[in-house]
Amino acid sequence: MSIIDWIKHPWPWYVAGPLIGLTVPVLLIIGNKSFGISSSLRHLCAACIPANIPFFKYDWKKEIWNLFFVLGITVGAVIAANLLADPEPVKINARLASDLAGYGITDYSGMVPKQLFNWQNLLSVKGVLLMVLGGFMVGFGTRYAGGCTSGHSIMGLSTLQWPSLVATCCFMAGGFIMSNLILPLILSL
Amino acid sequence: METTNTNTDFEVRSLDANSVNESRLTHKWYHNIKYMIVGLAFGIVFVKAEIISWFRIQEMFRLQSFHMYGVIGSAVVVGIISVWLIKKLKIKTIYGEAITFHPRTFNKGQLYGGLLFGLGWAITGACPGPLYAQIGSGAYVIIVTLLSAVAGTWVYGYIKEKLPH
Repeated sequence: MSIIDWIKHPWPWYVAGPLIGLTVPVLLIIGNKSFGISSSLRHLCAACIPANIPFFKYDWKKEIWNLFFVLGITVGAVIAANLLADPEPVKINARLASDLAGYGITDYSGMVPKQLFNWQNLLSVKGVLLMVLGGFMVGFGTRYAGGCTSGHSIMGLSTLQWPSLVATCCFMAGGFIMSNLILPLILSL
Repeated sequence: METTNTNTDFEVRSLDANSVNESRLTHKWYHNIKYMIVGLAFGIVFVKAEIISWFRIQEMFRLQSFHMYGVIGSAVVVGIISVWLIKKLKIKTIYGEAITFHPRTFNKGQLYGGLLFGLGWAITGACPGPLYAQIGSGAYVIIVTLLSAVAGTWVYGYIKEKLPH
């Protein structure tokens, strides 16, 4: 198997996890930056719609590295999805597949289920809950918590900060509640 | 304006009053390209390890796969070792500055905000980083989700003082 074939296969956790962990020292060494992605949303607010709110009145240009970083993530995803795409269909857990089939979700080809996340569905209650409300909770919740999976769970835990462990436990608790208890109700709509 | 006491933002610490150690070096804009390159590598990992996959996130929260636990767990282990080495060896930045760390204090936002984010994470299958990557991977409708996340951040800033912290 050639290297390019190997790269095109889905990467195992023991390759991806350490690479993500290395982002912490790399950002520190190339510019004393703390890894954290959700703050990019705050900078976008500060840059575009500060509206005289104290929380957005700061010199966002000093934090512009963060916007370059998320631009990089977007471009990286374009490259991976187009040039390094896996020719095989995505494999998902059999129990998840049978559960999802009950809601009419049978297409696993995208990173998000195309049968749920599409433009037409924005006109339905289900679609608004999934795409609009879901996004709102991600933006509101991460800033309220003062960080996201990268800022708290990776950077915060890497520097052994117990408030970040509390936040991470709450992220997981929220996820368990949504995935197992609430999402089935939304998908039944 | 914010003071040290009311700052609850873990990530944007350098914007706030306690940022006395903040870098005073100023660089031309193109120095930011290096962050874009790190982001680019990061985005490729996100897609190739399917960390931005809604299906993988559901498997995680339904305990149907070890994948995401392995990713986050091994990332934290590598992060802890790296930070320990940086402190132990007093490694400096490429510009010769000392690397600084900023301890955070607990506030109730980590509970309430954390839970809210967790709920949103399981709906969208994405934390903020993966939102950008999902768009890049071709799910253009996620632009709506990203804009909604920006709106959520804005509303938080608007009502911040009224929320329990």
